[in-house]
Amino acid sequence: MTLWRAIAVAALVATIPALLAGEIQPDARRSGYSFMGPDTRAMQDDDTSNPGMLFVLDGEALWGKKVGSADKACADCHGDARSSMKGVAARYPAFDKTSGHPVTLDQRINLCRANHQKASPLPYEGRDILALSAFVAHQSRGIAITAGDDPQLKPFVEQGRNLFMQREGQLNLACTNCHDDNFDKHLAGSPVTQGQPTGYPIYRLEWQTLGSLERRLRSCMTGVRAQAYEYGEPELVALELYLMSRARGMPMETPAVRP
Amino acid sequence: MAALINVPSKAKRGDIIEIRTLTSHIMETGFRHTMDGALVPRDIITSFTCRYNGTEIFRADLFPAIAANPYLSFFTIARESGKFEFEWIGDNGYSSTASASITVE
Repeated sequence: MTLWRAIAVAALVATIPALLAGEIQPDARRSGYSFMGPDTRAMQDDDTSNPGMLFVLDGEALWGKKVGSADKACADCHGDARSSMKGVAARYPAFDKTSGHPVTLDQRINLCRANHQKASPLPYEGRDILALSAFVAHQSRGIAITAGDDPQLKPFVEQGRNLFMQREGQLNLACTNCHDDNFDKHLAGSPVTQGQPTGYPIYRLEWQTLGSLERRLRSCMTGVRAQAYEYGEPELVALELYLMSRARGMPMETPAVRP
Repeated sequence: MAALINVPSKAKRGDIIEIRTLTSHIMETGFRHTMDGALVPRDIITSFTCRYNGTEIFRADLFPAIAANPYLSFFTIARESGKFEFEWIGDNGYSSTASASITVE
């Protein structure tokens, strides 16, 4: 009897590494930066050659601009973003008490516009929302990601993780098949990265503009021939939240440059 | 529009200095179509000029194949303290300027 129990335990212990094989160990995590060539790295490192900084400058101007029927600027409540917004983007998507759901930084900016500035929401992927979120997230550059630490977010992180592990689309691939199991290999000419969202919104050379994590996720979904979630859909936010919590402790790079 | 200029703030007389400029522009080629087949009209920067204390030291013509947010870098000799003036001119009456100063010892 004891022997059988020992065998059962041994079998279980032996299968544990296989069950965990998919996930990247914390000290093996790498930013997309480490997969890039020297030219693209140099472009990101120098603030006068990083095109993302143009959006940060635009965002700084918008931060101080009065809008909406309340005639208030972001700065009127939040003051100097350099101190008030430091570390904020590192914990987004964050739990919103009113709705009981996590919200992205872009959604938070639009909630602020609706509730406090009495202004119309900025359209997703528009220049203004990207500029504002780049400006806010830039204040967290170098700060470790803390997203997902809030215990209220637990079920949403879990939902995001399930989506990450779930196969989808005509190619029947899950995010994990490439970004956990096959990173550092190549897809066509491009390196497959770990999908650590450390520098969003990013300036992507292919897009020739700044873009959000949601845009990046949607293009991956289109890539596996799946129907992409709409901007701001709860599933996309959950996936974003899981990715940020997966990169917990890695430093923010906003605005990052990616090929 | 936002522009990022990198000019050394100090230089020795006779030094060769690098000037780097980056400006915000969509550089729409005029060759692309919308989903319903309409041509997106061309909207690019066509010319860039740099003046050093009023004298033109660098000029570039830009064309549709140049990427959005054009980055230009060039060299000059630091001769005297003063001001660099940059001007970008483009389609639809686009015009943008920026400046930077240098102290030459």
